[in-house]
Amino acid sequence: MAHAEAHATQHVAHTEHQQHPIKLYLLVWGLLFVLSTFSYLVDYFGLQGYLRWSLIIIFMMLKAGLIVAVFMHMAWERLALIYAILLPPLLVLVFVGMMVSESTYVLLTRLLFFGAAP
Amino acid sequence: MSAPLKPSSLETLPRPSGLAGLAADWASDQRAFKNVSWGKAMMWIFLLSDTFIFGCFLIAYMSARMATTVPWPNPSEVFALEIGGVHVPLILIAIMTFVLISSSGTMAMAVNCGYRRDRRKTAALMLLTALFGATFVGMQAFEWSKLIAEGVRPWGNPWGAAQFGSTFFMITGFHGTHVTIGVIFLLIIARKVWRGDFDTERRGFFTSRKGHYEIVEITGLYWHFVDLVWVFIFAFFYLW
Repeated sequence: MAHAEAHATQHVAHTEHQQHPIKLYLLVWGLLFVLSTFSYLVDYFGLQGYLRWSLIIIFMMLKAGLIVAVFMHMAWERLALIYAILLPPLLVLVFVGMMVSESTYVLLTRLLFFGAAP
Repeated sequence: MSAPLKPSSLETLPRPSGLAGLAADWASDQRAFKNVSWGKAMMWIFLLSDTFIFGCFLIAYMSARMATTVPWPNPSEVFALEIGGVHVPLILIAIMTFVLISSSGTMAMAVNCGYRRDRRKTAALMLLTALFGATFVGMQAFEWSKLIAEGVRPWGNPWGAAQFGSTFFMITGFHGTHVTIGVIFLLIIARKVWRGDFDTERRGFFTSRKGHYEIVEITGLYWHFVDLVWVFIFAFFYLW
């Protein structure tokens, strides 16, 4: 009897997971459309320099965050999984930093030896 | 009565939440992801590895673009189209972005319907997702053909830095391959859903143990990831 009860509650817990209202998905869908339109408008109006740079990055991060958090249900996952999946990609930024310094060095040597202006 | 091998059946005591829970989950003699099924955990770990691959591609592109001494082609103009005599910059890529976002929306709703065991709606929404995906790949084929006709090659292009072609074909080609595999994956699972495999608990490929609708969510994770990668490619390759 106790076993059957335990089984029943497990079943409820199991079917419950990652069930969220359709309304939320529609809202995120709409937001992704709006953010993509904003990204496109940055290019359409030909914004340049740091303004373009920061707007592109902001819209990109907001879109990525919405997709991972809501569509991929990361916001409701166990903390152990969230950290296991989201922390390692941050280390890619170290690689980015290394390659930025490497490519400026390559550019410098190219300019020194070939003398062409970028 | 044989108890089903559910991850939750292994959890007997209530577990702490927050950081204490994180430490307890990762502690020795534990299964780290507790309530998360193996199928889902493995898909997440695969996606993490894919993140590194796409990360490497984008970093290679960044290095090539930063280190070149010749001007980089302006993507806004390269991907412009003449629509009804009007010159619209980057419009093709914008449409592709909207198509892929819409596919993510229908996929999220398919997962929801799957857990409600509404198999007709689930299958229909998955088919719609696959259709959006196929549309995206079709538009990419058009984009590639146009660029190849204009003389873009992995070793050169008419507008400047030779590396533009190699990084373009590498990054968008690998992403397009992911979308294509995703469409096939969606069609396989949609067929299973439509046939009712998950209600009859039929055994089979991708549902090796027994049918429950979690595979729809796992397929969804892959599909949303493809959309997620496009968000980064859109920002770094096309808008930069």
